[in-house]
Amino acid sequence: MKEPMVRTGTAAAPQTAEKVSIYGVVAEFESPEALLEGVRAARALGYDKMDAYTPFPVHGIDEAMGIRRSRLGWIVLGGGIIGAVAAVLLQWWTGAVASPLVVGGKPLFAFEFGLPIIFELAVLLAAFAAVLGMLALNGLPRFYHPVFKYSRFDRAADDRFLLALEANGAGFDAEQAAEILKSAGGRHVEVVTE
Amino acid sequence: MADLAITRELDAPLVVGEPSYSDVTESVSRIVENKMPRAWYIAFGVTATLTGVLLAMLAYLVTTGIGVWGNNQPVGWAFEITDFVFWIGIGHAGTLISAILLLLRQRWRTSINRFAEAMTLFAVACAAIFPAVHVGRPWRAYWLFPVPNEYLGIWQNFRSPLMWDVFAVSTYATVSALFWYTGLIPDLATLRNRAKTKARRIIFGILSLGWRGSARHWRHYEMAYLLLAGLSTPLVLSVHTIVSFDFAVSLIPGWHSTIFPPYFVAGAIFSGFAMVVTLMVIARQVFHLEHLVTMKHLENMNKVMLGTGLIVGFAYLTEFFIAWYSGNPYERFTFINRALGPYWWAFWIMVSCNVLVPQLFWFKRIRTSIPAMFVISILVNVGMWFERFVIIVVSLSRDFLPSSWGHFRPTYVDILTLTGSFGLFLTLFLLFVRFLPMISMSEVKSTLPRPAAARGGER
Repeated sequence: MKEPMVRTGTAAAPQTAEKVSIYGVVAEFESPEALLEGVRAARALGYDKMDAYTPFPVHGIDEAMGIRRSRLGWIVLGGGIIGAVAAVLLQWWTGAVASPLVVGGKPLFAFEFGLPIIFELAVLLAAFAAVLGMLALNGLPRFYHPVFKYSRFDRAADDRFLLALEANGAGFDAEQAAEILKSAGGRHVEVVTE
Repeated sequence: MADLAITRELDAPLVVGEPSYSDVTESVSRIVENKMPRAWYIAFGVTATLTGVLLAMLAYLVTTGIGVWGNNQPVGWAFEITDFVFWIGIGHAGTLISAILLLLRQRWRTSINRFAEAMTLFAVACAAIFPAVHVGRPWRAYWLFPVPNEYLGIWQNFRSPLMWDVFAVSTYATVSALFWYTGLIPDLATLRNRAKTKARRIIFGILSLGWRGSARHWRHYEMAYLLLAGLSTPLVLSVHTIVSFDFAVSLIPGWHSTIFPPYFVAGAIFSGFAMVVTLMVIARQVFHLEHLVTMKHLENMNKVMLGTGLIVGFAYLTEFFIAWYSGNPYERFTFINRALGPYWWAFWIMVSCNVLVPQLFWFKRIRTSIPAMFVISILVNVGMWFERFVIIVVSLSRDFLPSSWGHFRPTYVDILTLTGSFGLFLTLFLLFVRFLPMISMSEVKSTLPRPAAARGGER
C-alpha cells in the first residue's frame, strides 16, 4: 500500500504543490447526503473541477456537480441503425444477388421475412455500442489514476463517499480546498499527487 | 433514474435487519474470498460427474451419428429440440428480472438479478449445444452463420425461421453476457479493493477495467445499464417468439398456430422463475444470505409464477377451444390425441405440474413456505419440459396420414444427454458462486434505507 500523502494542516502541503504536480485534495464522507453537502459547499466557493468516488450512483450528484446528461443514447442509436442496415444488406445481397434461389415461391428478398434478423442485429450492435460507448466515454479501461493513491481509496467501493477537488480547476488552492472539505464534514483530508 | 429516489422513501425496506453498506459488502464478498462450505465440494463433485456424462454422450453422438438417439421418421425433432426450447426458456427469467423489472421500477429485483442473469447465460449455453449437435455434422455447425465457406457455394436461406432462430439465440447470448458483465464491473472493483493477495488484485484489477466509481463514470454507466435494459426487454420477448416461429411457421397440426409467440414467452418466464426459486432457496441457505434475499423476494417470484402459470393454462384452454372451433379435423384430432393418445401421460404431467400445482400459490402459507416452494418450483420445471415434449414429439408422431404415423421412444443417450445438461448448468453455476459476487452489491446498497446504512464507523 502507498504511504498516505502529505496531510494538510502540516505546513508542507502548499510547498509540495509547487514541486510535484497535484491531482487534488480528497476527503471522505460517510453518507451520500454528507457528500452532497460537500459538493455544494465547494461549488458555492467557486470550485468547479471536482469528482466524487462512490460505491453506488448517488442521486442528485450530477446536478450538484453540474455534470451534463450522458450522450450515450446517441451512440447507441447509431449502433442500432448500423445493425439494421447491415441486416438488410446481408439478407438482400446473399438472397437476391449472390445466390438467388427461389424457395417455396417466396420472393428473393422482402422486409416481411427480413424483419426478425433486422431487429436482432439492430439490438446486437446497439448493445455493443452501449457497453463499448460507455467505456470509451469513461476512458476505461484505465489501470492507473491518481485517486488510487488516496490512502482510504479502497473504501470508495465499499461504504465511503470520496470527494476530490481537482487541482486543474480555476483558483485552486490546496490549503483552502482542504479547509472547505473539512468544514463540510469531510474526514481524512489528503493532498493527492498525480 | 432520477425519480427512483422518490419511491425509495415510500417503499418498505427490501432487506431485513438494517444492514449497513459495509455489511452488504462483507456478506457478499466473503463468499468468494473464503473457502467454500463442504456442501459446495460435494455438489461440485456430483455436477462435474454429470458434465462428464454429457461430454461422453456428445462424443458418442458425434463419432457415431444421430442414430444413437430415438429420433425417427416422422419424429425428426425429439429430445434435443425439447431440451433446447426448455433451456432457452429457463434463461428468460434472468433477463426479465434484470431488464423488464428494472424498467418497471421493481426495486426488489436488486437482490436477485445477478443470480438470475448468470442463470440466463448458463441456460443459453446449455441450450446452444442441442441444435449444434442436432445438425448431424457438428463440425460444420458454422454453416448456420453467414460466413463464406468453400463447400457450400450458396448462402443461408433467410426465409426460414430456423435462420431467424440462429440470429435470435446468438444475439440473446451475447447481449445477456454484455449486460451481466456491465453489471459486474463495480462489484469486481470492490473485490479488487478488498483483495489480500497480489494475484487477486491483478485479476480483479484487470476484470474491473480500472473502475473507480467516479460520479462522471456512474452517469454514463447508469445510462448504459438503462439502455441495455431497454434493448434486452424487446430482445427477450423476440427470442422465444422466434423460437415459437420454428413451429408456428410450419404446417404441422398443433404447431401451425398464431397463439404460439405469447404462449411461449409466458411459459419461458414461468419456467425461468421456477428455476431461480429452486436455486435461490438453496443458495441463500448455504451462503447465509437470508437478510438480503428475503421471504418477500421469494414470495414475489412465486406470485410471478402463479401469474405466468395462469397465462400458460389459459393458452392450453385456448388451443383446445380453437382446435374445436376451427372445424379443422386434423387440428381436432391432434388435441384429442394429446390428451388421450399414446402420450397421454406426458400431457397429464404437463397439465398437473403447470396448471394445477401452481394454484397452491394462491395461499400465502404455501407461497411463503420454503419446502413447499422448492417442491413446486421443481414440479413446474418438470411440467414445462413435458410441455415442449408434448408440443414437439406428440404433434410430429401423428400428423396427417395415419400411414405415416410413428412412435418415438427415447434411448438411454437421449435421457443421459438431458441429465448431463443439468450437470453442465449446475457446474457453471457452482463456479459462478465460487468466483463472482452472486448478489449485486452496488445495486443493493443503493436500495438500503439511508441513515442506518451509513453507520459502520472507523476501521
